[in-house]
Amino acid sequence: MASSSCGGGSDRQMAAQHRLSIIAGHLQRPSGSNTAILAAECKAQASKPFVSSERRTVPRRRQEIMKWNGWGYSDSKFVYNKKGQAEFTGRRYKLSGMIIPGLKDWMENTFGATLQHKTTATPALNSSAVPPPTLNEAFMEELKSTGIPFSADAEDRVFRAHGHCLHEIFALREGKIGRVPDMVVWPNCHNDVVKIVELACKHNVCLIPYGGGTSVSSALECPPEESRSIVSLDTSQMNRILWIDEKNLTAHVEAGIIGQDLENLLNESGYCTGHEPDSMEFSSLGGWVATRASGMKKNIYGNIEDLVIHIKMVTPQGVIEKSCQGPRMSTGPDIHHFIMGSEGTLGVITEVTMKIRPVPEYQKYGSVVFPNFEQGVACLREVARQRCAPASIRLMDNEQFKFGHALKPQVSSIFTSFLDGLKKFYITKFKGFDPNRLCVATLLFEGDREKVLQHEKQVYDIAAKFGGLAAGEDNGQRGYMLTFVIAYLRDLGMDYYVIGESFETSVPWDRVLDICRNVKARIVYECKDKGVQFPPLSTCRVTQTYDAGACVYFYFAFNYRGLGDPVHVYEQVEHAAREEILANGGSLSHHHGVGKLRKEWMRETVSSVGMGMLQSVKDYVDPKNIFGSRNLL
Amino acid sequence: MASKVVYSPRDPMLKKRDDFEDVLEERRRSSDLRYALRCYTPVLYKGLTPCKASELKTMVLGSDQLHYVVNQVSRESGVSVDEVQAEASVILEEMAQRLQLSTIRFFAFTLSKVFKAMFRSICVNEEGLQRLQQVIQEHPVVLLPSHRSYMDFLLMSYILYTYDLPLPVIAAGMDFMGMKVVGEMLRMSGAFFIRRSFGGDKLYWAVFSEYVKTMLRNGFAPLEFFLEGTRSRTAKSLTPKLGLLNIAMDPFLKGEVFDVSLVPVSISYERVLEETLYARELLGVPKPKESTSGLFKARRVLSEDYGSIHVYFGPPVSVRSLAEGRVNRSQFSLVPRHIPMRPSEDVHGFVNDAAYRLVRAQEDNMVLKPWVLLASLLLQNQAAGKNQGVPLGELIQQAVWLRDLCRQFGAFLHWPDHVPPSEVVSSSLSLHSGLVRVSEDRVFLALEQGFLTAEEELLSQAVVVLSCASYRNQVLHVFLRPALLASAIHTASSSQKRKAPPPLSWLRFPLLTRVCDFEEACYLLTKSGALHVNQHEVLATERGHRTLAFLTGVLDPFLQGYQVRLVCRFLCEDATEALTERRFVPAVREFIIKHLLKGRLRYPEVLSSDLQRNALAALLRLGAVQKVQGCVCFAHLYVLHMDAFPF
Repeated sequence: MASSSCGGGSDRQMAAQHRLSIIAGHLQRPSGSNTAILAAECKAQASKPFVSSERRTVPRRRQEIMKWNGWGYSDSKFVYNKKGQAEFTGRRYKLSGMIIPGLKDWMENTFGATLQHKTTATPALNSSAVPPPTLNEAFMEELKSTGIPFSADAEDRVFRAHGHCLHEIFALREGKIGRVPDMVVWPNCHNDVVKIVELACKHNVCLIPYGGGTSVSSALECPPEESRSIVSLDTSQMNRILWIDEKNLTAHVEAGIIGQDLENLLNESGYCTGHEPDSMEFSSLGGWVATRASGMKKNIYGNIEDLVIHIKMVTPQGVIEKSCQGPRMSTGPDIHHFIMGSEGTLGVITEVTMKIRPVPEYQKYGSVVFPNFEQGVACLREVARQRCAPASIRLMDNEQFKFGHALKPQVSSIFTSFLDGLKKFYITKFKGFDPNRLCVATLLFEGDREKVLQHEKQVYDIAAKFGGLAAGEDNGQRGYMLTFVIAYLRDLGMDYYVIGESFETSVPWDRVLDICRNVKARIVYECKDKGVQFPPLSTCRVTQTYDAGACVYFYFAFNYRGLGDPVHVYEQVEHAAREEILANGGSLSHHHGVGKLRKEWMRETVSSVGMGMLQSVKDYVDPKNIFGSRNLL
Repeated sequence: MASKVVYSPRDPMLKKRDDFEDVLEERRRSSDLRYALRCYTPVLYKGLTPCKASELKTMVLGSDQLHYVVNQVSRESGVSVDEVQAEASVILEEMAQRLQLSTIRFFAFTLSKVFKAMFRSICVNEEGLQRLQQVIQEHPVVLLPSHRSYMDFLLMSYILYTYDLPLPVIAAGMDFMGMKVVGEMLRMSGAFFIRRSFGGDKLYWAVFSEYVKTMLRNGFAPLEFFLEGTRSRTAKSLTPKLGLLNIAMDPFLKGEVFDVSLVPVSISYERVLEETLYARELLGVPKPKESTSGLFKARRVLSEDYGSIHVYFGPPVSVRSLAEGRVNRSQFSLVPRHIPMRPSEDVHGFVNDAAYRLVRAQEDNMVLKPWVLLASLLLQNQAAGKNQGVPLGELIQQAVWLRDLCRQFGAFLHWPDHVPPSEVVSSSLSLHSGLVRVSEDRVFLALEQGFLTAEEELLSQAVVVLSCASYRNQVLHVFLRPALLASAIHTASSSQKRKAPPPLSWLRFPLLTRVCDFEEACYLLTKSGALHVNQHEVLATERGHRTLAFLTGVLDPFLQGYQVRLVCRFLCEDATEALTERRFVPAVREFIIKHLLKGRLRYPEVLSSDLQRNALAALLRLGAVQKVQGCVCFAHLYVLHMDAFPF
């Protein structure tokens, strides 16, 4: 076993012992829990982790700091205060504790959602509503002997039975619980995972890897037809940076680490990965690899496939990894590409070597206002053509511009509000922009101060050719801040009969405008057709630029008062919208993945032969379907 | 078995049809000048990119689509790109419309005068126009009127102007351009001119299709064209032409617009301006070339009474909903959209089906006047050898019977119920005094006699018969399916001398091959009480005899026409091995005249070149005839097959 196979000093063992006792202190459990904490040494610790992470963001009992039926931290949410003004609670974000005066009117005007019509979510999980676990006794016995912590507690299981699709959260709010995992295990290192997978194979237990739980593709849903015991393998405790190689600028990291911890820890050493998906507060490195994630700043740092140097994955057939860390290889099809996007169907990603970069010297936000969306897209296309895209460039359409406006926190001084008024006057009256057509691009530049300023000028010059006006750093920064709080807003909407979600695609440049127009129109059309009583919000933004195309994000929400089965209507509309995307030359997904939500379109997306290839890999790697999430195929 | 497929009764009688408003009524009461100069502010498409007609040309010439083809043509022909581009510019110049409000106002004024002089009323369904108004704001619109007269597109624009709707751009045949001043006037009222055939000319096609698509995409104006391509000389719907429809659907299929709305419009004339002209043309007198002076000579038509016109704007058909589940639009994802591609099999099939559907929508909403029933009856009486005419009373009684049958079959019949039938009949007869005579209370077709040669007499009589037939044809779509069944029953029971009624499966062969058509025929005949259908057979009822006889009579001239083709086979084989297509029609005509004079054929209608061309097309389709280097010859392999043909 691990403790005997790897040698090590007693110092290290003591340190591990000490650390575990601290963690055990954090995780005081009610008595009678199934969890057992043992100080078993992990192979991964054979060399001292480069950066140890005592300050974990994600405890095993996630529900202690995170909502069980909504997005993010329990202490952070939008509420209407006593005066009827919207407010964002908590202290974690820039927006926290601020009043957002425009939000209430925006909600009323956009959705017809008023304070009078409120729905209340089930406040706490009713454990009796959770089906009792189907436990595989033999598996459990052997697992116990390994000392890997596990739990069959209802709250733990429910928390890992869902991602953040609308239907998943909606059901939780209603207190409806479907098939949930029967058990949760928390491996502490690669070797723990090897043991768990071996045991799962031996006892024919179904494993579903769980990273950050931010999936929006129904990938974490337990297949209702699964009769075996389902074990959720929570990687959150595998969250160490094992080493940093400053010569090659790489870091070897355990795959359970979540984005913000990874960045923070690397920052301490003066590095970053630069991989910042919108979910980076909660999503995990393993999850990124398993879904082919994309980060906001991919223009500088690349998407996950560009960042990854080496991957270790535990499969029922054993561990898969490459033998070296060469930056590029011509050794047949890249096996990493079987792993990236496998969505938990082949195994558990345990360790990843990633590229790192020195933390940039200088960061600058910016924004540009365009008279209309067409001009904005033309500008982004030109920026991509000249390959001078800043770290991030995003173009919001008019509806999102207004939405962003509605989320402006209360300004503190008369001077600021006067300045805002002046800006507005300049743009709409002096420059003649139609407030109902104009749109805004937000920018983020990174690098040497000199170069950033030079780069900034280049981009603004291009923008000017397309009628764009620089609109200040504040607007840009607020745009990016919204990325993190927008997910919280859905919970507020759900309190007032508004449901919605976002979905994305990638599309060649010449179809960007067409797809945006048609998908938005299709959403409106389908809502009307399905009997939605209020006009929906149907909006989009271009969030990434590539040489040959762009990534487009759609936001869609509506007031469901008067509908018998709002979730069904929602799903029908989303389905139609996806059909429209595909009909207009868009892809099935740019970075959310397929999961079970978009599975039905996989065959037409990759062709029957393609499906056969993927299937044969699955059949070889996991013949007993131990990783039985049934995603993708 | 066909009987297992349940025909869902599409009972048109139950369908609420809109009420009509007379456009001319207002014109007769108020000033035409004020009307022509009034404030005209049509509703516009919400996605409209405002631009002038001249800017359109720049957009077309600068488009990727055109650049691609220009380069291609230049490469293939060795002519420099600039020259090809210049050629494209000339083509566009020749084609483009120059819609101008002042010309519209001029037309509004003059047409008011003309229409008031010629027509009793121009009736329009206002609900249809309201639907149109809404849909114009939502999506690019394509207007698809039926085409029975030159009048059609003037009338359309006139009505749209009257109702404050945007004026359409109209695809017109190049022949109009020959009319000096008028051609330019039409251009300024929104007509754009296209050559009748440009099969292989890539550049022309590119300019043309890009021009149409640009107007559609930008929502410049509703696009109007005639699905049938040309005026139907026989009042039967023509086989729809797919080219323009293909172009009009393309922006939707390629995702350039969210949807395109197709609006079928049915225009029916109580008396068609060109009635005898058409008949002459069908008999081989070529169509006079359009010329301005010709138009002025036609001034005398102004003094005649042409009754009323009914224009029905049908419910808009969304291309999106038509294509739902039929066309996989992602097939266009793999090739840049500006590269011209031959439509794939499924797209072609889809456009074809859509075209037929639209033509049927036109037919369904075509208002039928009492005269078309009278024409049907008179022709049948004529053929039955009653040269001495029908007693008026009998005709009225027959007409009332036929009216009721029509209504049972769901025809859109405009028979004024508050007027006694005798008045309805006599008013119709007087409007068509050129074709019918009433003397001594008997009604005759106005067949003139006393010609030098029998052939001349035959031809002059054929003119009248064919004119009448063109009215009868208006009601053909109502009777067609039941009539095919009736004929099949008739043939089955008479030729085979069988006592037992024919089995259902046999009746479906060969004309009602589509199950739904057969089911519809069965349904209508059962409903009217003419047939009794059970599991395995159909039985004619006692009182159904009259219906079946009438229906058989409706089809008889056509069947005889097709039979003549068979007879003609021998002629062709005797005379020459192959005939050129151009010589085909005259040769067959001569042959038919011979037989008519000998009394071997009953219907002068079979002289119609339309019938002959259709027959040829059918034989080509069946593979019984082949086209070899522009010549028509018989595929001998199929001779046996043709003998097995039941008619």
